[in-house]
Amino acid sequence: MEDTSMATKLSAPRGPYIAVITNRTTNVVIRGTMLFSVGVFLALVLNLLQVQRNVTLFPPDVLSSVFSSAWWVPPCCGSASALIGLLYPCIDHCLGEPHKLKREWSSVMRCVAVFVGINHASAKVDFANNVQLSLTLAALSIGLWWTFDRSRSGFGLGVGIALLATLVTQLLVYNGVFQYTSPDFLYIRSWLPCIFFAGVITIGNIGRQLALYECKVVQEKIHQD
Amino acid sequence: MTVRERLRQNISAAFYRHGLLCASYPVPIVLFTSASILTCCYPLLKLPLPGTGPVVFTTGVRDYTIPYHEPQGEIGERPEWYRGPPVAYIQQVLVKAAVSPWDNTLVPVDVFRSPIGRVFSLLEEIRNHVYTDSSGVRSLESLCLQVTDLLPGLRRMQTILPEHGCLLVSPGNYWQNQRDLFDLDSDLLKTIHQHEPKGFHISTSLRDLLFGVMKEHTGVSLYSKKRVVTYTITIALSSYDPRFLGSLRARLKQLHPSLNCTLRDDHMVHVHFKEEIGIAELIPLVTTYIILFAYIYFSTRKIDMVKSKWGLALAAVVTVLSSLLMSVGLCTLFGLTPTLNGGEIFPYLVVVIGLENVLVLTKSVVSTPVDLEVKLRIAQGLSNESWSIMKNVATELGIILIGYFTLVPAIQEFCLFAVVGLVSDFFLQMFFFTTVLSIDIRRMERLWFLLADLNRRLPSPHTITLQAPAFRNLRLPKRLRVVYFLARTRLAQRIIMVGTVIWIGILVYTDPAGLRTYLAAQVSEQSPLGESGLPPHLGVAPVFPGGDPTSTLSVLPAPEPTIIPENHSNGHDSLGHITPVSPQISWGPEDEDGWKHLYLRQWPSLFSYYNITLAKRYISILPVIPVTLHLSPQEAIETRHPQDTRHQPPPIPRTPDQQNDLTLYKVAALGLAAGVLLVLLLFCLYRVLCPRNYGQNGVPHGRRRRGDLPCDEYGYSPPVSEISPLLLRGHSMDIECLASDGMLLASCCLAGQIRVWDAQTGDCLTIIPNNGLRRSSSSGGWEHRDGWDPMTMPEPDTLSGADTGACLEGAECDGYPLRRRLTPSRPALFVDQPDLTPLIDTNFSELPPSQKPPKNGFDFGELVDRAYQEHEPSPSLAFTPSPTAPQPRRPSVGDQPVMSPDPCSPGPTDWDSSVWAMELRGNLIAAGRSSGKLELWDAVEGSLRCCNEDGVSGITALAFHNNRIVAARLNGSLDFFTVETNKPLGAPGRGSMPPSPCYRSEDVINCQLTRSVQCAHQKPITVLRAAAGRVVTGSQDHTVRVYRLEDSCCLFTLQGHSGGITSIYIDQTMVLASGGQDGAICLWDVLTGSRVSHVYGHRGDVTSLVCTTSCVISSGLDDLICIWDRSTGIKLYSIQQEVGCGASLGVISESLLVTGGQGCVSFWDLNFGDLLQTVYLGQNSEGQGVRQLLVLENAAIVCDFGSELSLVYVPSVLEKLD
Repeated sequence: MEDTSMATKLSAPRGPYIAVITNRTTNVVIRGTMLFSVGVFLALVLNLLQVQRNVTLFPPDVLSSVFSSAWWVPPCCGSASALIGLLYPCIDHCLGEPHKLKREWSSVMRCVAVFVGINHASAKVDFANNVQLSLTLAALSIGLWWTFDRSRSGFGLGVGIALLATLVTQLLVYNGVFQYTSPDFLYIRSWLPCIFFAGVITIGNIGRQLALYECKVVQEKIHQD
Repeated sequence: MTVRERLRQNISAAFYRHGLLCASYPVPIVLFTSASILTCCYPLLKLPLPGTGPVVFTTGVRDYTIPYHEPQGEIGERPEWYRGPPVAYIQQVLVKAAVSPWDNTLVPVDVFRSPIGRVFSLLEEIRNHVYTDSSGVRSLESLCLQVTDLLPGLRRMQTILPEHGCLLVSPGNYWQNQRDLFDLDSDLLKTIHQHEPKGFHISTSLRDLLFGVMKEHTGVSLYSKKRVVTYTITIALSSYDPRFLGSLRARLKQLHPSLNCTLRDDHMVHVHFKEEIGIAELIPLVTTYIILFAYIYFSTRKIDMVKSKWGLALAAVVTVLSSLLMSVGLCTLFGLTPTLNGGEIFPYLVVVIGLENVLVLTKSVVSTPVDLEVKLRIAQGLSNESWSIMKNVATELGIILIGYFTLVPAIQEFCLFAVVGLVSDFFLQMFFFTTVLSIDIRRMERLWFLLADLNRRLPSPHTITLQAPAFRNLRLPKRLRVVYFLARTRLAQRIIMVGTVIWIGILVYTDPAGLRTYLAAQVSEQSPLGESGLPPHLGVAPVFPGGDPTSTLSVLPAPEPTIIPENHSNGHDSLGHITPVSPQISWGPEDEDGWKHLYLRQWPSLFSYYNITLAKRYISILPVIPVTLHLSPQEAIETRHPQDTRHQPPPIPRTPDQQNDLTLYKVAALGLAAGVLLVLLLFCLYRVLCPRNYGQNGVPHGRRRRGDLPCDEYGYSPPVSEISPLLLRGHSMDIECLASDGMLLASCCLAGQIRVWDAQTGDCLTIIPNNGLRRSSSSGGWEHRDGWDPMTMPEPDTLSGADTGACLEGAECDGYPLRRRLTPSRPALFVDQPDLTPLIDTNFSELPPSQKPPKNGFDFGELVDRAYQEHEPSPSLAFTPSPTAPQPRRPSVGDQPVMSPDPCSPGPTDWDSSVWAMELRGNLIAAGRSSGKLELWDAVEGSLRCCNEDGVSGITALAFHNNRIVAARLNGSLDFFTVETNKPLGAPGRGSMPPSPCYRSEDVINCQLTRSVQCAHQKPITVLRAAAGRVVTGSQDHTVRVYRLEDSCCLFTLQGHSGGITSIYIDQTMVLASGGQDGAICLWDVLTGSRVSHVYGHRGDVTSLVCTTSCVISSGLDDLICIWDRSTGIKLYSIQQEVGCGASLGVISESLLVTGGQGCVSFWDLNFGDLLQTVYLGQNSEGQGVRQLLVLENAAIVCDFGSELSLVYVPSVLEKLD
């Protein structure tokens, strides 16, 4: 029934004015923009977390440490998150098995908080060795998926994108675009895939929630304008 | 029974008992919980307050040993951090130098040039100092803290700060410790200043670091009044060698004796630095907190259907927070001290513990049946959710325990806190929150009873006074709501006021001495006594109260007498020599704590230049070595740079006093300007935020005088545009039934007259009966009613019953006008007869509550029966009075046709029985009469096409679907009819059954009873709906039944309501919603017959239900319109309406809702619940409510309005309004 309601919602005829705003393209663009900004923001903040380990007590320039990474990193993360966030509801729709677990904003917020926490842990907690760190993070990521997603499609997509992103990062580092201070998994840190996976799950969650509330969000946008 | 099942049952039973306990003794339990929270939080008092300020610990120098790493047995008052060696020992040499005697030949630069110049020789002395004893030769090089490179970002400091060597800083660093460079420097101040950071800077500057004292104390200034230069040479030592330091101290003291120095040199100060949070670290922290607040916001937003939403949300947050505090307190109690940064892990702990259980609990309790006792409701709600709560807690504990075995100390600590927090959270949920919830529900219950009583007993609108604006939760635009909130609570003003008070309090509390000094100085300045009594230079004090040591002395009188005489004894100056004042070097208690003059933060920043962190570590500051330098004027003149003389001595009138005064004025002027600016800004803000004129009532709002415009509590009234509704007049009595198929509109009034209108133009097409009869407004009936006394009820009833009976006989009533074309022989009834219907109906609805309607009903029925038996014994005796008895008690609700217990029993051809139900399809009107007769009329021609008299019980509801008619009868039976068209032979017929029911006038229409389901329900059927090949009936026996239309087979009997069914919605997408008298709304799956969701939304009956593709809209007797999410069953929001008007609903488009009100219809935006527009139907519309409302296909709505119909075309602009 949820599926049919979703389908009818997407294609339900509306008034002429509303229809212009809530047609699919506009909707997708708005959702994409929101996801993009979320991705950029998370990239900036989480990068700061990573950089912070080396930042000592006297931050010479705060702005430079916020934008400490290369300029292309936040836009890349943003576009990736927009893509993933749009892909998730789409795949749900295609497979016909909608995401049923706790479709609420509070749950999404919890998910985001746990994701930031995982990043925090990877950056701040002192682990005995890298294997332990990676295993812990992997367990945390799986836990995140189990708590907030629990769908096979989500897991599959998460693993796939994480592997892909890891590969891309490897290639980037191999070609010398940037480098990690202490690589332990070929050229990168071994916890990177876990972070990618958790990020994909989180962004997917946000994307699904946005798709659920698409109409409302669109209306709110108009309202604010 | 499996173990799991048994466990589940046990848990459920335990929770049930617990719920009973909590609800029975709320106050003791809340007290007990609060006490336990406080007890558990008590150990927190021992923890240091959070903050990053450095902590100071002082020990003696003589018996100093490096503290051990491991805490010793007799730690005593030693702080936790005092373990192991410090990062560095700081030895400072405090130099005070002055050129004395001062004479007028000297230029201002001389004040500091030669004193600073002496630093190089001192440095030389210190560097070359060697201490030799039996263990070897020790120099500074071997003891000092060796530093390496500066941080990469500090290239510009490379020339100044030492690299690859001893960390030794002094003002000489400005000139790379080279005397030559110093001598060549033409402008010392510029050199010093060029390294100062631009703009406002609160942290330490390079100047503070190198001089070792604060800027104001150095005396390096052209306008220095005291002409004493103070600076330090700071040496960082990696190891402590008392003998070397002792010899250095002795050597320096010997070289430069400080005669009057009273500094104590037996104390060592250890300064511990906490982890410092920079802005860079704050950003992620702030982010996590923002996420946390968003989480809390979204969670608590879901709390609904309680008395005080905010109270419960607060209770939920309190539960989580105090469980965290309890966990920290318990951990502290058992000896585990938190080492993690509390602020950092706090959001994660909250998220891990979560508010979910609390919300689940609330939802479960709230959705228990409202008619239960509070205790039982709480217990039931708890036990319903017990299993899932236990599962949740167990899962979380499991996950955290797994985390505990990662053997990473930080994670282990986190997990430990989380485990204890979870357990205490569970405890608090069970005791604290449940009890608060029970209190809340009890309050709610009281309110509910009150409301229900009022609603039931006093249906007239003006008696209900409880509909206070508190119940209005009309949704406004967010921006407006924020502004209104601010305006209502005067939040800004209060915050500013409280902030000011706190600020003043802090000022008074933290700096009483300074303030007092300032005041004292002011007083002494103003009084001539003070002026003459104090030396002139003491008057400098006012602006920098802490800066001038002498002024401090003036309030600390003890040391003062010792200083001045000694200075005099030095003989450098005489008392009478006032101008120029000769510099005096004094050592006071303020110099003793030399380190206090500096921001303690300067040490972390100094060390951080070399990438050494002081966070969570400490440094030891050794007692300063005082050095006093007296320089002769000759020396000063010799060391002059040629350009120094350019600086002329300051002009005489420009005394420091006046300068300070000027500063004071400047500050005052700046402050005034800032104040004015602030006031202007606030004024502008106010004008922007509150544009309305409060006091002026110049232009009244166009429609506000109506008084009943549904405006919200802030006086915000939506725009009203003049949509003039089309009034369809013609009926003489109140309209009872309304039916439409899009093109045509059929209405039936209480008089039994059916009119057919064109839905587009509003023209009246047909009148049935169309013999031109016009009823005089039956004054007799109204008189009857006025004279109606319930106590004397039988009498008029007998009369009318007798009349009716007599008239029913037909032939006897000859004097009445012709009423019907088919039976022209019976004109007699009309004048008299129709009076009966309104008479009875209105009387029942307006019965005072003290009267017992059932009794009257019974009397009434018996009378009817008797009258009926007397005149015409017939099988219609099956029309038993018992079902009618409950009917009159309930006033007509919504679009459900009023079942007036018309005493007119069916005659063979009855115009006398009223039309209870009517349907319109194509051009056929199906009318069900109270006599049980089903008639089919041609809507265009007004002719009776067919008539079926198979049933005898009154038809309460009709459904006309394709060629089938379903009729529900008062006795609970359900009849299925088939309409068959037999084409006349000559007509070119395509088939026997046209798919779209358009029946030609020449067709012979036959209506056959195909099946009759006797006892479809135990009680009268109240609602009948047909769609998607299904017929759904709702009855007063609390059940809903689903039939297939084709074969009239009963598919499901849906049980779940605890009251009679009052409204049903079903549409083509097989969505079935039902609402009952218990205020519950159930959503059903028609395919499987299962209940999808079950929510309690209304206090009292649900009167109307409509679904859109995404939500369910319900209205109730409590005048509330609730909008529910269709898939989740969560209430999105509710609209409180005017009293007594929230009965009829219609959905025009996906986002446009229309409701009937008192003489008006209102349009709402479904997405926000905003009132878009209100259309008034008539000029004097007060008191007449819209009871029925139909949405036509052309986006017009038609509603009944007393005896008139109103056709409102929804303007196209309405959708663009928002």
